[in-house]
Amino acid sequence: MSTSSLEWSAARERPAPARLWRTGLLAGAAWGGLGLLTARLPNAIRDWPLTAELASLSFVVAALLAGLALAGRWVPARLRAAGPWLVALALLLGAWQLFTAKLGWLPVPFFAPPQALLEVYLEDWARLGESLLHSLALLGSGVAFGAGCGFLAGVSIGWSRRIGYWLHPVLRLLGPVPSTALLPLCFFLFPSSWSASVFLIALATWFPVTVLTWSGVASVERGYYDVARTLGASPWFLIRRVAIPAALPHVFVGLFMGLGASFSVLVVAEMMGVKAGLGWYLQWAQGWAAYANMYAALLLMALVCSGLISALFLIRDRALSWQQGAMKW
Amino acid sequence: MVATARSPIPTERGLRLDIRGLAHAFELKGERLPVLQRLDLSVAPGEMVALLGPSGCGKSTLLRLVAGLEPLQHGELLADGAPIAGPDPSRVVVFQDPTLYPWRTVWDNVALGLQARGLLRQQRGRVDEALAKVGLGEFAQAYPRQLSGGMAQRVALARALVNDPRLLILDEPLGKLDSLTRIAMQGELIRLWQQQGYSGLLVTHDVEEALLLADRVLVFSDRPARVLAELQVARDYPRHRDDPHLVELRRQALELLGLGKDW
Ligand SMILES: Nc1ncnc2c1ncn2[C@@H]1O[C@H](COP(=O)(O)OP(=O)(O)OP(=O)(O)O)[C@@H](O)[C@H]1O
Ligand SMILES: [Mg+2]
Repeated sequence: MSTSSLEWSAARERPAPARLWRTGLLAGAAWGGLGLLTARLPNAIRDWPLTAELASLSFVVAALLAGLALAGRWVPARLRAAGPWLVALALLLGAWQLFTAKLGWLPVPFFAPPQALLEVYLEDWARLGESLLHSLALLGSGVAFGAGCGFLAGVSIGWSRRIGYWLHPVLRLLGPVPSTALLPLCFFLFPSSWSASVFLIALATWFPVTVLTWSGVASVERGYYDVARTLGASPWFLIRRVAIPAALPHVFVGLFMGLGASFSVLVVAEMMGVKAGLGWYLQWAQGWAAYANMYAALLLMALVCSGLISALFLIRDRALSWQQGAMKW
Repeated sequence: MVATARSPIPTERGLRLDIRGLAHAFELKGERLPVLQRLDLSVAPGEMVALLGPSGCGKSTLLRLVAGLEPLQHGELLADGAPIAGPDPSRVVVFQDPTLYPWRTVWDNVALGLQARGLLRQQRGRVDEALAKVGLGEFAQAYPRQLSGGMAQRVALARALVNDPRLLILDEPLGKLDSLTRIAMQGELIRLWQQQGYSGLLVTHDVEEALLLADRVLVFSDRPARVLAELQVARDYPRHRDDPHLVELRRQALELLGLGKDW
């Protein structure tokens, strides 16, 4: 019995990783090629600074990948899975390098080569960092406020008919309005552009969180309440230990939608009113025709937003570990 | 009474249930649907009473009324002489569906009642005891989705028993189990009942199960439910399915349920 089940599980396992990580070797070669391309081909229109450094960086990545490829067996599974992407990334960077710095096919002020971005990160990191911190503070305040209110509102509407009576029409009227449409009004009504932005980001987060929390609480099976009630549960216990945990999967869907909506409100608010943060940096860069700075800020923004969504997924996986086969980010 | 004949059982643990002139109706598509009509029924302390009846005749409704989950419309419902006004942990229901909380482990599911009443901190050991009683000590940290149907139903039973109910209300607790698990669980139910001495109200579709488990079997009519007959099962536990007395009672019950002689 035990041996047969062992055999069965062994048969199901994927074959042991080969000694050599072939895709890794290929990726190393691709990055090496990128380095050669960057270093050897002459720049077309102007001599971009940091070209040599970028080449060296590519060589370092190439060497690391080659080393890992030879170590084969010890490459972590996640890195192994990313192999094809590592190859593709080198090819994309190579094409970018070729069409901007080396051949000059793409018009120069609007399309910056990779080394120009590198230069921005090295030269302007202080301002970029400050903008990033500013954006995170604004986003954090708004999302925390909106998600908190949305959660409370959703639970209340789902639970209490009387609260629902008053909140429901507000939700239906105010919720679907795009937050950005209220921007001019809020900058005028609120004491500072900061507080107006916090409010608007909160509003954008609030709506989906409220609706989904509400639907989650409303769809809890009656049997779940019956069980707890016969065992002596108070209404507070029913809310806290039955309604909320049962609604949590919905709440997380609301949080994802809210977070997504909050990003765009954040950028617009920073561009229009706050005059700080990554959104403002983007506009400032565009105003000075500093396109490399703009790309650098955009890349940073993409990484940060993606990181925030990933973090939310991580929290969800922790909180909902009892669910099986939930979607992976 | 049969209940007093089983001497080692602490019958004073059981609750006395009296139902007098109970009537209940639902509103269905604007029409009144009478479900129970002038129902009288008593359960003595420590007694196990089984209810048999056609589907949809109102058995679950009766149990929900006794549990205090359904507001009383007409008649009298007395627990030890006091009117039943709402749910109370002395009257615990095991539903046909185990209704375990999927977000709680087996242990936390069983701990539900103690936690709801703020007793969990002092009485954690009782959760382990209850789990051991239904033979699921090893699965304390499993989640409900990792259990089989029979195991889940046993967890539901442990979740009820940990509260030391004085009346255990069983609504087709074994309805969804395969016949082998069912037979094993029937033995389990008898054993636990004899250990704990609670009163029991059991709804089942299985005539044999009713006769194996209960002191008395009430056969209900079609909706609105009335008591058609009351069958006394004059046998000690454990009972045997092939006992001629039980076979005769089964014939009577099936005839009352409209199956005639040709089943
Ligand atoms: N909440 C409700 N609203 C309206 N009608 C209901 C409600 N609950 C039950 N009924 C009706 O009451 C009748 C009796 O239902 P009940 O669940 O008590 O039957 P039952 O005897 O338990 O049937 P079964 O053996 O199939 O479980 C059914 O006709 C059902 O349609
Ligand atoms: Mg029923």
